[in-house]
Amino acid sequence: MNVTKIKVGMASCGIAAGAAPVFKALSDKFGGKVEKTGCIGMCYREPIVEVLGDDGSSVIYGDINEKRTAELIAIIENEEVRKEWAVFIKGAPEFEQSLYNSKQVKIVMRNLGRINPESLDEYIAAGGWEALKKTLAGTPENLIEDMIRSGLRGRGGAGFPTGLKWKFARASDSDKKYLICNADEGDPGAFMDRSVLEGDPHSVLEGMAIAGFAIGSDTGFIYVRAEYPLAIKRLEIAVSQARNAGYLGKNIFGKGFDFNIELKKGAGAFVCGEETALMRSIEGNRGMPTLKPPFPAQSGLWRKPTNINNVETFANVPWIVLNGWEKYAAIGTEKSKGTKVFALTGKIKNTGTVEVPMGITLREVIFDIGGGIRNDKKFKAVQIGGPSGGCIPASLLDVPVDYDSLNRTGAIMGSGGMVVMDENTCMVDVARFFLNFVVEESCGKCTFCRLGNKRMLEILTRITEGKGKESDIEELEKLAGQVRNGSLCGLGQTAPNPVLTSIKYFRDEYIAHIKEKKCPSHVCKSLLSFTIDAGKCTGCTLCARNCPVKAVEGEVKKPHLIEQAKCIKCGKCYDVCRFDAVIKD
Amino acid sequence: MISEILKKYEPKKENLLSILHDVQESSGKNYVSTESVLEIGKFLGMTRSEINGVMTFYTMLSEEPRGKYIIRICVSAPCHVAGSVSVKEELKKVLGIDVGETTGDGLFTLEESACLGVCDIAPAMMVGKDVYGGLDGHKIKKIISEYRSRK
Repeated sequence: MNVTKIKVGMASCGIAAGAAPVFKALSDKFGGKVEKTGCIGMCYREPIVEVLGDDGSSVIYGDINEKRTAELIAIIENEEVRKEWAVFIKGAPEFEQSLYNSKQVKIVMRNLGRINPESLDEYIAAGGWEALKKTLAGTPENLIEDMIRSGLRGRGGAGFPTGLKWKFARASDSDKKYLICNADEGDPGAFMDRSVLEGDPHSVLEGMAIAGFAIGSDTGFIYVRAEYPLAIKRLEIAVSQARNAGYLGKNIFGKGFDFNIELKKGAGAFVCGEETALMRSIEGNRGMPTLKPPFPAQSGLWRKPTNINNVETFANVPWIVLNGWEKYAAIGTEKSKGTKVFALTGKIKNTGTVEVPMGITLREVIFDIGGGIRNDKKFKAVQIGGPSGGCIPASLLDVPVDYDSLNRTGAIMGSGGMVVMDENTCMVDVARFFLNFVVEESCGKCTFCRLGNKRMLEILTRITEGKGKESDIEELEKLAGQVRNGSLCGLGQTAPNPVLTSIKYFRDEYIAHIKEKKCPSHVCKSLLSFTIDAGKCTGCTLCARNCPVKAVEGEVKKPHLIEQAKCIKCGKCYDVCRFDAVIKD
Repeated sequence: MISEILKKYEPKKENLLSILHDVQESSGKNYVSTESVLEIGKFLGMTRSEINGVMTFYTMLSEEPRGKYIIRICVSAPCHVAGSVSVKEELKKVLGIDVGETTGDGLFTLEESACLGVCDIAPAMMVGKDVYGGLDGHKIKKIISEYRSRK
């Protein structure tokens, strides 16, 4: 076997884990055989290096830090395989049939970790830009019809049928129409779009060009958040490559179709992910949402008909065109077709991005693919859909992942962030955290979003500080309804979801905070008390020496005592005690 | 210097954010000065208050001089459960400043970010355009001293 290629995962996750020096050391040794690639999804094993041989073999190694590089070079030179380091070996059943791999279906992530995102040739070799060529040989009407039949729904969160959206935009009569790719991924816990942009930018450009043909637009914008410098850099490279090669520009494939794409950077405003706010931001204004209707398909960017789709939606499009709508529609459930990419974070073993067929259960995603809870703690809840979503409890783990089933739980599909929480997480604290995010990010236009959320945050803060009143839950529910009904855009309308779902499924935790002044998960500091078990205390004085406020009293070799009036509940004594003598309650 | 940047753009309002980004980046102090705002205003036919209104809406743009490197510590939920609070405290200690402040040598400004979108390596931060993850006290000291020695 001769090594033909060595690929180093160089997405943000890989680089942050130290892939750059690994890439350099391997390049110094093996020269042009070494290439950059995107993230295959196993962020928890970065830096990741794949070694490919001329016999078709492929071994993917994980945790290749600087120290292991020298050893890896020796392994490659000796044509060996180091099984203990491998995260995947082609042909080996223990990897190919593992739950992690066998339960995933990769459509959006088809090229991630396989091609060099900065190489047009590699995208083309993977079938890239073929879908646009095929599209331009047909008619926009047939394309839209196929897209409707594929069942693809918007992956930005709301799940509106993509083909239908295109149909409305096509039907709008105007001298100018715009196409926008929403790459302003801002939900805490979501990074699927970043992965796609960093790992396979051309697929998004191709999806946009196809959509441009469908609706009759010659101008596309990608609005990408400024927090993603690597994604921006790779998009810039891809756009310029596509222009030079004639995939973007005038008379594409000689079919008389003109289409160009321009990048627009955000500047740190979450609300710009809302489509009307996003359009105002592109126009050079404050990114504040405007009333719908009129919908963008009638009056959008500069009041012209505009079609907006999300990164993941566009990345699906070339695959559907090439493989046919039937193949796509065969995956998923009756009303949710295809796959969905999720970002797994929080207290889960396998953090990273995964792509699963719609209809898979939450349990399969979190336990079979995600590997379960870190440190084998108990699962408590999964927060889906970011600040617009909700917390789903263990009793609903068998809910299938599709738009309608998730809606019924009170959460939403959202953009695809899954923040997994273990038994040590306080749900009131989590609700407060997400609400705090919304309060910070509300643009301030609607009174209920601006003030209602703030009032709710005050109540939640009060509850976590042990000052909650019995009427607080009712008050929260009342305010939640008003914020939902009194807000113009999706941010405000969905802001109460984390609070409402946590009340719905974890009401007893709220009651414990309010009535018993206790935080069952021992998270809310004000509700904690630290005491010393005299039977276990050996009088080693470690806690007394570490207490920052000198609240621990006692003589050497005699049981100590914590003076409650002085204690600031920092937990230092609890952390340092070697005899489990400090009781946290 | 500003005129060089303005040359790249057509005098259209839609280019305002891009221009502000470029001016801020080239300032060396990560800000857009009042003089620059006035010049951009002249170029785009916008008043100072119009530009100010836009600038204050976006958290990444600043009218006040800041450090050469902006440190953005992520305070999103995934980073929070991964321990971003203690990371932030450590950063404050190592830098000797609070959130929103700039170090005396003008190198660093410490800011919070609502989410950096690298939750897979939480707790995370950005220094300028570079992303760092899996942070703890030891890593922070190493990273900061690296930047200090870069000067």
